[in-house]
Amino acid sequence: MTPDQTILDARGLEVVLGRMAHEVIEHHPVLDNLVLVGVRSRGVHLAERLQCRLAELSGVTLPLGILDITMYRDDLGLGAGNPVLERTEIPFSLEEKTVILVDDVIHTGRTVRAALDGLMDFGRPRAIQLLVLVDRGGRELPIRPDYVGTHVHSSPRDKVKVRVGERDGFDAVMVEYGTRGQEANL
Amino acid sequence: MIKAVFPHKDLLGIRNLGRDEIVMILDTAESFKEVSRRPIKKVPSLRGQTVINLFYEPSTRTRTSFEIAAKRLSADAVNISASTSSVVKGETLADTVRNLQAMAPDIVVMRHACAGAAEYVAGIIAAGVVNAGDGAHEHPTQALLDLLTMRQHCGRLEGLRLAIIGDIAHSRVARSNLWACRTLGIHARVCGPPSMMPRDLADFGEVEVCSRPEDAIATADVIMMLRLQLERQGTGLFPSLEEYARRYGLNRERLARAPADAVVMHPGPMNRGVEIAGDVADGRRAVILDQVENGVAVRMAILYLLGGSRS
Repeated sequence: MTPDQTILDARGLEVVLGRMAHEVIEHHPVLDNLVLVGVRSRGVHLAERLQCRLAELSGVTLPLGILDITMYRDDLGLGAGNPVLERTEIPFSLEEKTVILVDDVIHTGRTVRAALDGLMDFGRPRAIQLLVLVDRGGRELPIRPDYVGTHVHSSPRDKVKVRVGERDGFDAVMVEYGTRGQEANL
Repeated sequence: MIKAVFPHKDLLGIRNLGRDEIVMILDTAESFKEVSRRPIKKVPSLRGQTVINLFYEPSTRTRTSFEIAAKRLSADAVNISASTSSVVKGETLADTVRNLQAMAPDIVVMRHACAGAAEYVAGIIAAGVVNAGDGAHEHPTQALLDLLTMRQHCGRLEGLRLAIIGDIAHSRVARSNLWACRTLGIHARVCGPPSMMPRDLADFGEVEVCSRPEDAIATADVIMMLRLQLERQGTGLFPSLEEYARRYGLNRERLARAPADAVVMHPGPMNRGVEIAGDVADGRRAVILDQVENGVAVRMAILYLLGGSRS
């Protein structure tokens, strides 16, 4: 095991968030029909920051929902115990809205698959876009993010760690590289 | 990922649950409440699992609540009531459940008039068993939904003051709640006709017995009225319905003796005008329909947690 390698520090993370906020505005000149939904846990904090950035840039504060994807996981009942369930709070209709789904890391795509199923149970959105801070590759499903903060080339054995101040006391994106073994470089 | 490990195959009673296990169930139920308020009230958590509701006693609320809970989790729910099953042809309980087990259910929810029936069945079959009431023994999901309702209205459980009024001795609801009180540090007072007080009350820890309901409710945060089982009329346990209503029933005047923020609960079905006056049951302080709403969430939580513990 090697020490964590920092991909983004606090300042880098803010720069990336700011850039993504600009990209969202570039794609959506009118923000009226947009809503943000953060995936628990760290996606929620990123979505809150994005909400602030977008408000600063456009003067519009977008509605923000919280989605816990536990109920939609495809690995329930595998292994001992089920994941702890936390609350989903989407206190507005998604009918005809464009949803920007916010998560910290995209890897296999299974979390996003579960999140898409979850969102559909709140009505029929006009469109869903995906915004992630880190794309680490390794997809197992045909899912692709629309806004990416940074790409990290990693193998399944590596750990990509996102830290946000609200939860962890500091902001960073780090990679802990696992020992390289038989698996192919992804 | 943090996992909620519920280290039991079955839910047979409150007595053997630890504090952390009860809190885990309530927290999980809290998260499931939101599902019932969505436009599409269904999540795929138990897709492909089969839940059998095996009811040897009549029930509308509990059976419907379990059925809705299973369906909102995408499990397939099958209902069997004894009056329409081969029980009427003389099949034993053990044979019935072995046959059901051969159809590979994941969870069997069971109500039976005999205390210990659910535990007996749990020892025979591989499926998880949820006790939905066994005689006068336990009714754990009722106590859990009561606890969720108390926590919702009072903001906490430890140190709460609960008054339970009615036929304590024959009430599985009272027993399951008294076990929960002991485990969670809720101060329980019970009140009812002396003929309806259990002899083994000391087992439940420090339960205060009051002869007058006014004393039981004087400092209560929660008042739980029990259903008077009308079939016990004429057994000498109480003189008459009118007398029972006058001595123990919760009417507006009596409720005025309780603290102003005390809430009123009832497990249903209610005998209006007997243990609870109609205007109290419909009043601002009654949280009886919250109990019913919480019942679905608690049962979803139990099915979800047992679903994760079996593999």
